[in-house]
Amino acid sequence: MATVESSVPATGELKIVEDATCTFCGCVCDDIDLTVENNQITKAKRACVLGKAWFLNHEIEEKPSCLIDGKPATLEQGYDRAAQILTGGKYPIVYGLSDSPCEAQRVAVSITDWIDGTIDTTTSVCHGPSGMAFQGVGEVTCSLGEVTNRGDFIMFWGSNPAESHPRHFTKYSLMPKGMFVPNGRKDRTCVIVDVRKTKSAKAADIFLQIKPRKDFEGLWTLRALAKGVELDPKVVKEETGIELAVWQDVMDRMKAAKFGVIFFGMGLTMTRGKHANSEALLALTRDMNDHTRFVAKPNRGHGNVTGADNVVSWRTGYPFGVNHNRGYPRFNPGEYTTSDTLANGEADCGMMIACDPMANFSQPAREHLASIPYIALDAKETPTTRAAAVAFTVATYGINAPGTVYRMDDVPIPLRPAFESPHPSDFDVLTNIERRVKAIKGISG
Amino acid sequence: MAEIFILIPGRTSEQGCGISEGKFLDKYQQQINSLQVAPGDMQRLGLAEGDRVRLTSCERGQQVEVTVVEAKGDELPEGLLFIAYGDISSKLMGGDTHGSGMPTSKGIDVELEVLGK
Amino acid sequence: MSDLIKIYRGTVYDPANNINGEVRDLWIENGKIVEAPSDPSKPLNRTIDASGMVVMPGGIDMHCHIAGPKVNVARKMRPEEKRKAERIRRTEVTHSGTMGSVPSTFATGYKYAGLGYTTAFDAAIPPLGARHAHEEFEDTPCLDKGFYVLMGNNHYVMRSIQEGEPQKLNAFIAWLLQSAKGFAPKLVNPGGVEVWKHKQAGNVHGLDSVVDHFDVTPRQIISQVSQAANELGLPHPVHIHCNNLGMPGNWETTLETMKALQGRRGHITHIQFHSYGGGDGDENTFNSKVVPLAEYVNSHPNITVDVGQVLFGETTSMTGDGPLGYFLSNVYGGKWFSGDTEMEAGCGITPIKYKNKSLVHALQWAIGLEWYLLVEDPWRVVMSTDHPNGGSFLAYPQIIRFLMDRTYRQDVLKTCHPLVGKRSTLPDIEREYTLNEIAIITRAGPARILGLTNKGHLGPGADADITIYTPHDNKETMFEMPRVVIKSGQVIVDQGELRLAPIGKTLYVEPSYDIDLETDIQEWFEQYYSIRWRNYPVDPSYMHEPEVIGMRAE
Repeated sequence: MATVESSVPATGELKIVEDATCTFCGCVCDDIDLTVENNQITKAKRACVLGKAWFLNHEIEEKPSCLIDGKPATLEQGYDRAAQILTGGKYPIVYGLSDSPCEAQRVAVSITDWIDGTIDTTTSVCHGPSGMAFQGVGEVTCSLGEVTNRGDFIMFWGSNPAESHPRHFTKYSLMPKGMFVPNGRKDRTCVIVDVRKTKSAKAADIFLQIKPRKDFEGLWTLRALAKGVELDPKVVKEETGIELAVWQDVMDRMKAAKFGVIFFGMGLTMTRGKHANSEALLALTRDMNDHTRFVAKPNRGHGNVTGADNVVSWRTGYPFGVNHNRGYPRFNPGEYTTSDTLANGEADCGMMIACDPMANFSQPAREHLASIPYIALDAKETPTTRAAAVAFTVATYGINAPGTVYRMDDVPIPLRPAFESPHPSDFDVLTNIERRVKAIKGISG
Repeated sequence: MAEIFILIPGRTSEQGCGISEGKFLDKYQQQINSLQVAPGDMQRLGLAEGDRVRLTSCERGQQVEVTVVEAKGDELPEGLLFIAYGDISSKLMGGDTHGSGMPTSKGIDVELEVLGK
Repeated sequence: MSDLIKIYRGTVYDPANNINGEVRDLWIENGKIVEAPSDPSKPLNRTIDASGMVVMPGGIDMHCHIAGPKVNVARKMRPEEKRKAERIRRTEVTHSGTMGSVPSTFATGYKYAGLGYTTAFDAAIPPLGARHAHEEFEDTPCLDKGFYVLMGNNHYVMRSIQEGEPQKLNAFIAWLLQSAKGFAPKLVNPGGVEVWKHKQAGNVHGLDSVVDHFDVTPRQIISQVSQAANELGLPHPVHIHCNNLGMPGNWETTLETMKALQGRRGHITHIQFHSYGGGDGDENTFNSKVVPLAEYVNSHPNITVDVGQVLFGETTSMTGDGPLGYFLSNVYGGKWFSGDTEMEAGCGITPIKYKNKSLVHALQWAIGLEWYLLVEDPWRVVMSTDHPNGGSFLAYPQIIRFLMDRTYRQDVLKTCHPLVGKRSTLPDIEREYTLNEIAIITRAGPARILGLTNKGHLGPGADADITIYTPHDNKETMFEMPRVVIKSGQVIVDQGELRLAPIGKTLYVEPSYDIDLETDIQEWFEQYYSIRWRNYPVDPSYMHEPEVIGMRAE
């Protein structure tokens, strides 16, 4: 288990943890200075509004570490029951993982392997479609520091960082001065494309209000203009809601840029077209490299959803939606993804790790999940923990538990826990469940 | 006299904070149960903040009742509705992912019926 | 680990100790080769009868891509080739996995072990992704592992050269290796990747092209990094992927690169891709220039090479050479990944297929074989496919057959594009490798080139990494399924089956440097990086069974 330093203060002591990492969103800011008093974070310097809510509201939960059928139980009883559930089904699913460190994610993949189960992460309802698009056309991308140092044209498409990634503009993409953009914001052009004039739109030099569900058409308009294809202004306006001249102006600026960047969000992946939208955007970015340098980057939501993609990929070869029912990994989004295994009524038991499908999933999926025995791991009480057969209250990663998380640009960053929790970490819980699962299945590896 | 709108569920920073503060607390619950309506649509439908409306998903017929708030300034164009991700938006979402693993979670067609105060 | 094991009556090939096919016994204790016990009655925990078998040190792959950011992107990118590939099922002792050109981590470890390889080095890790590489290493069993750290386009490297500050360069290289817990400095298209980052289709085109903004040339980078690395006494001072990879006429760049070393120790990697005559991108002029390059290598003992053999079939090209990825994606027209890492490096990935009927591809195949056969001293040429770039590491047994069996080689040549015979010297080469020479280019040689004194040989004190083969006339058959593989004294493969999958060691270096110079590095770092200085170095807790490899004494 990787840990950068064991910096846990004795109770009652005042302590500053420097360069702590916030895991609330995919920005994974690692420059937060925490003030810790009496097992409570009282200040989170440099944290944004979401980061402050994350750090300042994680006091120790005054509830049992384990509930079985809603009643307090010992951890040992919980581990036993969990292993029985997971080894007792024909179609076990393991889901979530995007708010767990990589060390715990790795154990979750092992458990899935031993039980011939299906593993999926919240990627499938986030940028899963972008992952599929990536498998179609590839991706031209870079680390966030490249954007800071070089980006002179910054576009956000279907993404609202002002609300979802509040330090995105100031820390990485718009405001900071960089090596080749010494004047910061003044050296950058910002274009935002969205169906709503979001809070982020205020930051834009150019805001394009696209018709809902017409992102694909908008992106292909730009692809056509990049290649110099002539378009009918009437059709373009009718389809996209935006004048051709406006699109042309944006394309001229894109071609004139030295280093262009497109960040994109759920506005593309959750809307009609899904992976086709992401694919159009990634293809546009690739096309632009015949004119200048251009990169694209999905704005990832959860703190370690990118780590989940990486861990599941390196262990199984596939990024999400991986089925082991035949003893080896198979990949099929739309079949082995959790929205589908649940809504289709196929999964017969499961484990929900640091996720809340009972709040976020479609009604048919939620109804099925409520009907099967499952284990839930979360630091907080959620609709998912409430309906679980076994619910573990776990230590919060990055606040109480160490480990590694991957920023949205695949940069791995260590966690510096601020104080100790009486609850086990998800790594601890999963390791204990794995031990029992292996014993039941007769696995020595 | 139901009218069809396009519903866009999404993240708000208040809803995001609510996740950390507690999903069963008022702040989060209020966020996920407030439907933003464009000022022009509010006026046309005779809606005031705090009024209740019923939404029916065109695909599945699932119904929810929800309280209306007016969208700020020109944030939301007429014909669009916005709500923070949560129980209400999930209820209106269909189970089909069209082979992608992702249910259509934004841009959902809904019928809106005014229920009154 | 403390078991005393005796392997008796094996035919031992241990070139480092001048043992060439002698029948001998070997003893193993505590994971090491030991002298025969002085007390002959000491109880043995296990005996292995190797009568009639060939015994060699475990194989060492000194240049492959098996872990870290780029490899994992390639895994995610290529689901289509996995479904039809061999299935790796979970067993009671092993995890499941997937194959294709970029196998999953566990599958990688198992398959290397299955070939009798016990050590492997990933060739290109950006330091910002070092933590990721270490995490994957922990899930890549059966192998001792290390990686090379990309620094040929690092801004601090170029800046200290530009400013004429060799002391800063020395300190930086040492600091960077320590921060990443890496093994050796790697130069990939030195200077060229930085130009790619800020210019459409940007690249350098020769050793004296100037990298704008930094005002340095590839020649300066090669010369000064090799100077610094040799001064530090690194066990493997510098591992060089030359400029102009894959381009017709690039052999001159390669020759200039060798000259830029000015007699200092240096390793030119996947040299097959850098040995082309011809010009102007015209396929009709493309030809082999191994003869003049091999002559230079033969007369310059400071230079070592690995080949980067091409095999026919589908694979995935992956490189730290960003502009090369762009070039290849335009040639093949398939999906393309490019990833630029701030201050440090680039990356390009695209699927690729080598066809025996293509003149260029068939020549690449022939040029690789020429390299093995034209370098006189086998201690200075190492077997590699640049996995998966030229082909998979699983092709090693086939390459051995090409080298040991000229009839087989000529038969395959006949299936290739007819002009290959005229554009290379392969048809005229009679040389066949001996088993002893195979043991050199797959074990003893790479160990010596890497400065691994405990590996690649079977003398007392060596790591007990041993492979036992059943002899066969068909050398591909012989080498593709060893009978027994021992890793650190544990039998991990027995009767061709994987029995144990220990994680393996992490091999890295800890060169000393002037700590006062860290202030300057920190100042630079804090101005430009997107992560914090304190969160950059890889913490020792990421290491499993760490082993620091000592500096060269000379």
